[in-house]
Amino acid sequence: MEMPAPNPRVLSLKPRLVERLQAVLPAGAVIHDEAETRAYECDALTAYACPPLCAVLPATTQEVSDVLRICHEMGVPVVPRGAGTSLAGGALPTADSVILGVARMNAVLETDYDNRFIRVQTGRTNLSVTGAVEADGFFYAPDPSSQLACAIAGNIAMNSGGAHCLKYGVTTNNLLGVTMVMMDGTVAEIGGACMDAGGYDLLGLVCGSEGQLGVVTEATLRILPKPEGARPVLMGYDSNEVAGQVVSDIIKAGVLPVAIEFMDRPCIRATEAFAKAGYPDCEALLIVEVEGSDAEIDEQLGLITQIARRHNPVELRESTGPEESARIWLGRKSAFGAMGQINDYMCLDGTIPVSQLPYVLRRIGEMSKEYGLDVGNVFHAGDGNMHPLILFDANKPGDLELCEAFGADILRLCVEVGGCLTGEHGVGIEKRDLMVDQFGPDDLDIQMAVKDVFDPKWLLNPAKVFPLQASQTRRAA
Amino acid sequence: MMKPKTEAELADMVGAASGPLHVFGGGTRPIGHPVTGAALGLSDMSGIVDYEPGALTLVAKAGTPVAGIEAALAGEGQRLAFEPMDHRVLLGTSGTPTIGGVVAANVSGPRRVAVGAARDFLLGVRFVDGRGRVLKNGGRVMKNVTGYDLVKLLAGSHGTLGVLSEVSFKVLPTPEAVRTLVLHGVTGRDALDAMTRAITSPFEVSGAAHLPGDDPRVLLRIEGFAGSVAYRVDRLKALLADLGEISVIDTPEENAALWRAIRDVEALKDRAAVWRISMTPGAMMTGLLPALGDDARHVQLDWAGGLCWLGADTGAAELHGRLQALVADRDVNAGGGGHATLIKGDEALRASVPVFQPQPAPIAALSEGLRDRFDPRGILNPGLMG
Repeated sequence: MEMPAPNPRVLSLKPRLVERLQAVLPAGAVIHDEAETRAYECDALTAYACPPLCAVLPATTQEVSDVLRICHEMGVPVVPRGAGTSLAGGALPTADSVILGVARMNAVLETDYDNRFIRVQTGRTNLSVTGAVEADGFFYAPDPSSQLACAIAGNIAMNSGGAHCLKYGVTTNNLLGVTMVMMDGTVAEIGGACMDAGGYDLLGLVCGSEGQLGVVTEATLRILPKPEGARPVLMGYDSNEVAGQVVSDIIKAGVLPVAIEFMDRPCIRATEAFAKAGYPDCEALLIVEVEGSDAEIDEQLGLITQIARRHNPVELRESTGPEESARIWLGRKSAFGAMGQINDYMCLDGTIPVSQLPYVLRRIGEMSKEYGLDVGNVFHAGDGNMHPLILFDANKPGDLELCEAFGADILRLCVEVGGCLTGEHGVGIEKRDLMVDQFGPDDLDIQMAVKDVFDPKWLLNPAKVFPLQASQTRRAA
Repeated sequence: MMKPKTEAELADMVGAASGPLHVFGGGTRPIGHPVTGAALGLSDMSGIVDYEPGALTLVAKAGTPVAGIEAALAGEGQRLAFEPMDHRVLLGTSGTPTIGGVVAANVSGPRRVAVGAARDFLLGVRFVDGRGRVLKNGGRVMKNVTGYDLVKLLAGSHGTLGVLSEVSFKVLPTPEAVRTLVLHGVTGRDALDAMTRAITSPFEVSGAAHLPGDDPRVLLRIEGFAGSVAYRVDRLKALLADLGEISVIDTPEENAALWRAIRDVEALKDRAAVWRISMTPGAMMTGLLPALGDDARHVQLDWAGGLCWLGADTGAAELHGRLQALVADRDVNAGGGGHATLIKGDEALRASVPVFQPQPAPIAALSEGLRDRFDPRGILNPGLMG
């Protein structure tokens, strides 16, 4: 992955920069020792690493503003960082950048149940937002699988999703307002606790902008009353086509499950060997979960199993209680770990129109043979978000490159059938160079024009999202 | 009047324009500062491009009548869940509302409180910018974080950033049953209390409105499978029993008519000026409305109190200033954000006041910067949003 050469002028500024940052931040909040900056050299896309010039850990919006103003004046690039769990390299530093971590900003600022919102500092982890309100019967809906570790800041930057977004939407649908610091240090309040703000939807624009428009320090989030209960049903089929048809039939019947998860045979076998969840050995497995009171769940599961039976399942297992629910989810939740037991893997994140599922799985199978690399598929089937896991051996020379080429082909296939490169992980550096497969030059130009408005010097989160060649003249200006 | 039939024709017309354009769909929503410019109507760019009921997605050209889309969806037992308002009743306009107009004004109805606004269901757009370039963003799949989200930016931009040519939506199944629980005789804090209890319960209310006046009542809509609806109606009755007398509206026809009237704000159709105000329910009902006193004679509350439609017959210019000042006042609107927008008013009034809520300096500067980039010549509905 090509990254721009570090700017020698910026590198030479380090002593002066550190001095100025230390003057506005508390002791210990500026990390500049070379051994210590290594802690920030990568995120969860560990194949790429580069220690930053230094890292800062401000504790208030004012401190963030001071840091950005200084970097802006000195022309130093800034890479915002939440918890560093990005799978797309969204928080990968360049050697001439300052990492701005929000980890010290994790307070709950306000909880208002009557008006259904919580206001937090964005270093707070996703799960601990729900943790702050669940005793009172509420939850925060977006649930990325890294929710124990990932920060709200990163969720907003990447517009994170999760398994339950078929019903509840993704981050952008649950975000009401932000406090954002612009690159020049200006603090902007966008949105608020109400349901819609006036003027252009800048909140919608900021959410998912991968930390390139500003640094979000506080967020007002929608919280929802917890449903009375939830239960899944598991079904196995002998073909992907039939499983795809079942998903479509369930949706067409008017049921709106909170989650529809799909696993293919390689994934089922790997998780079975690892977690022993008692899954059937079949071509395609579906887990469908619904919510409500016990009677409401029975009503919905009754309809779903009726549809499932029409398509001759090799297995149909309806949960009747918490233990059985946990067993049904066990294999799905350990799928990534199970694949990791076999080999190193790369997790992709394309989205396709649900109707294209059988074709796409067949093509992935064919490509798997051509590349000589195994692949397992986990899939949020209700919304078309695929997570193919390509297995490779990091110690084998050339295997990573082969895996990346295979991954790129799968993502191009997603675009070709009417889908997109990334459903919930973000572009980062990982899919940056594939953007030209989804967008024409003008489509990219208008997006970059937005960055021109928010960050005219192009200092925030450099070398992400846009192909380097496309952004060349803007970065050089 | 220019009436392009294809996206390419549209791009040519915008690119060749030598002065301001007044862009509209069906012309049923004359919202904002009056625009002077050559008329550019999108109603000839019509038709559903793609509809996959099993994937819950629909793609249509921007000039497609909303009614046509709703009919196609109804044929498969689905709907636009955000329940777009038809402005013809309130504004006294005629013509055919288009799906592009719904997007341009980010029009949502009572169900917005439970499922989200038009912008939350919008998956992708194709549009022509002020330079006449055909651009796309988003797509037709439900989960998509590829690049910046210009889809949301275009929603509610009233044709000032680009002329929409095609839009794609997530759609949802229409539930088999609907009931409305009516709580009679409640006003003020009791009405707020009733809506708050309902909306913070796990019983999934899909509409929470309050009609004050001579027969004050709170209306709570419950939708879903029949068994589930019956169960939730019972639970909600128990939850609200101490607040007043409760009745239930059972028939599908009555429910449809009732919520259509709320959606279209029929209660205020005879008022000369009407505002749409968004704040938190608490700020609205314990801050703004008491502060307005007698000026809040004609109101309809929706979104559990988070949306207020307010009408007046006289003194509109002065009231407008007061409303926008109160929304910006942190003592009244502690949660920040929000707006008071003049939706109905004669041309003279709309020309003389800031129709949209004035914004803080940093936000105004960003908005201006975006407008310059999307429409460098300033020809797309110039001045409409102030």
